[in-house]
Amino acid sequence: MSRIKSKSLLPDFKLSPTVDQVGIEERTARFQTRSIKSETKVVGLKKVLNMIDLTTLEGKDTPGKVKQMCYKAQHLHDSMPDLPTTAAVCVYPSMVSLAKAELIGSGVKVASVSTAFPSGQAPMEVKISDTKFAVDQGADEIDMVISRGRFHAGDYNFVFDEIAAIKEACGRARLKVILETGELGTLDKVRRASDIAMYAGADFIKTSTGKIAVAATMPVTLVMLEAIKDYYYKTGIMIGMKPAGGISKAKLALHYLVMVRETLGDAWLTNEWFRFGASSLANDVLMQLVKQETGNYQSADYFSID
Amino acid sequence: MAKKKQVEVDLNSDWGYSPAPESKGHIKIKPQYDQFIGGKFVKPSNGKYFDTINPANNEKLSSIALGSAKDVDKAVRAARKAYSEVWSKLSGKERGKYIFRIARLIQERAREFSVIESLDGGKTIRESRDVDVPLAANHFFYYAGWADKLEYAFPNKKPTSLGVAGQIIPWNFPLLMAAWKIAPALAAGNTVVLKPAETTSLTALKLAELIKDSGLPDGVVNIVTGFGDTGAAIVNHPDVNKVAFTGSTGVGKIIQRAIAGTNKKCTLELGGKAANIIFEDAPINQAVEGIVNGIYFNQGHVCCAGSRLFVQESVYEEVIRKLKHRMNTLIVGDPMDKNTDIGAINSKEQLDTINKYIKIGQQEGAEFYQPACKLPKKGNWCPPTLFTNVSQSSRITQEEIFGPVLAVQTFRTVDEVIAKANNTPYGLSAGIWTDKGSKIFNMTTKMRAGVVWANTYNKFDPTSPFGGYKESGFGREGGLQGLSAYLNLN
Repeated sequence: MSRIKSKSLLPDFKLSPTVDQVGIEERTARFQTRSIKSETKVVGLKKVLNMIDLTTLEGKDTPGKVKQMCYKAQHLHDSMPDLPTTAAVCVYPSMVSLAKAELIGSGVKVASVSTAFPSGQAPMEVKISDTKFAVDQGADEIDMVISRGRFHAGDYNFVFDEIAAIKEACGRARLKVILETGELGTLDKVRRASDIAMYAGADFIKTSTGKIAVAATMPVTLVMLEAIKDYYYKTGIMIGMKPAGGISKAKLALHYLVMVRETLGDAWLTNEWFRFGASSLANDVLMQLVKQETGNYQSADYFSID
Repeated sequence: MAKKKQVEVDLNSDWGYSPAPESKGHIKIKPQYDQFIGGKFVKPSNGKYFDTINPANNEKLSSIALGSAKDVDKAVRAARKAYSEVWSKLSGKERGKYIFRIARLIQERAREFSVIESLDGGKTIRESRDVDVPLAANHFFYYAGWADKLEYAFPNKKPTSLGVAGQIIPWNFPLLMAAWKIAPALAAGNTVVLKPAETTSLTALKLAELIKDSGLPDGVVNIVTGFGDTGAAIVNHPDVNKVAFTGSTGVGKIIQRAIAGTNKKCTLELGGKAANIIFEDAPINQAVEGIVNGIYFNQGHVCCAGSRLFVQESVYEEVIRKLKHRMNTLIVGDPMDKNTDIGAINSKEQLDTINKYIKIGQQEGAEFYQPACKLPKKGNWCPPTLFTNVSQSSRITQEEIFGPVLAVQTFRTVDEVIAKANNTPYGLSAGIWTDKGSKIFNMTTKMRAGVVWANTYNKFDPTSPFGGYKESGFGREGGLQGLSAYLNLN
């Protein structure tokens, strides 16, 4: 099952460290007072682009839409040289094979949501076959959702086992575990869910589906980064972090990078360990990059929307 | 059990922060500043001036008038005249208007004040911009509101003003301390003679310019500048009705001796050696933030700094590991850079004192830790410093260092930590970190400290009284208690 071979090393998740919300908010406010200028800014913005999981997760998604997004992932703004690609595109399982074909040879990964995304309200068999389907179609990464209902009910073993089972179904695909923090209620519970996910086998922990009003916030992300740090110190295993939803401005994305840098260090500042789940962030970053180069903000009409 | 492989998060980053200096273009510092007496800027009677320097590069910023006993006498006379002829006759409502005006002017000129505060005192622009100046304005706003409500503030009393208040303030929060002193004094109907510390006179004199602009009647606020003997002249002046002092315990004792037998009222806010206590059930990551904020805020030049850390033994290793880790991310250097966390030590003398204690700590056998940080060549600098394995009887745990030096001890039980925390001649503040509310209330009743913070540290608000027990002084500043210190309540 999980990476942690001996059961005796598993912590009691009821005893996960507590979190002081006021303290967390103060700390994140501090990150936002860091002043990111000139060269630092340009390098940071390019890092941000390279960490984006360009996402479309809608009932109305069509092959046409997905194709366009895959092209954009590889050609963010061709009038500007030396731009990276995004890290991945993130789609529903039914679009995986198409995206895979579109992205061949580009280095851009295909991530697929699964496990009856976004609610996760389906039987285990369905979740496993959902996952296996996406992997068979060529998904490099799986974004699963945890069973928040069972989590709130205190059924941590169920949540743990489910994650472990999906991890197994993933095979070589990397597993991102979405906690849907907006439904968890308190930062203490965010921390507890993070611990469960990591010990159960998550390669990444991710804040949100983007389908409910409260998505990624800096406080929630900081709690998860600290959980990752504690886990790293306990096990020596690195876990990735993906805030998703609600990050649409370049400036905010840079604040997130500052937070990662001062919490986990440089090793996490690559798209192997840090991602932004976002659909509109890329264009704001591009706009800032062009502004850094030319000194002027260009109209949004100069940046392709898809 | 097999020893685990030691893993370490590396916080050195190729993605560093580019310099982000706050601009100085918009401020004007004159080559020479005179004293503010009777609404005018007056030259010192002895014609002498002294230099004020920027501790971040030891370059001279300006010359400041060296006030003598003669100047102090002039200032007290001006204050007395303003008190009996104008200020004591004004209604509370009118006094309040002036104080509100001062508060608004500080807000308007906030950037100017924060830049000068950082240049003259060495504190980071982030702190002077986000803490000192806004809090100073808030103090004026708060006390302005009380000026016409004194009877309601103290029901069944007849509050009357005292007369002339002599006020002496320290160099760690120059403008803020001036606000703490002046605002309640004016609201209560007193006039003021204030002396800033010799290393940080500039913002007080800028405040004098601002007060002049506010149209406050001449002589209501007077500012004299100079060293200890100038301050002594204020304390000893026979026509001063109230002495308010913030500074070292040593000087506080001298003041108390000097005014013994007189009917001068007195409040003293003196040194501290606060206990910051981390229980095993605390939110550890936030507690570590609290430790950093407790001792490294304003280079540790804080009388209520959490300079004695007590960690429950079961979480000791985790706390120290995280603390060292966090210390590695602190940026020490140019106070004017917006990304700087720890600025310059206020003066060469203070740096010598701090280094003396660091040496003592090492000689006492404590384990010493400083993160590797690149310090500027010129100026006064001290990296954040940690001493572990110290004992209750070490000098570095007993004496106030007034710098970024933390002494860490462990404890096992609640009773033990209460006893150790109270085992000090000081009693200004304390911090408690636990997830359990009942433990907090138990601790707050038993700590012999004027301020006890729970799950936070170094939080200030004008509505909240601040002051100490034992050798940390007496009297309170802030809140209604701070107002009553400037009133006769009969």
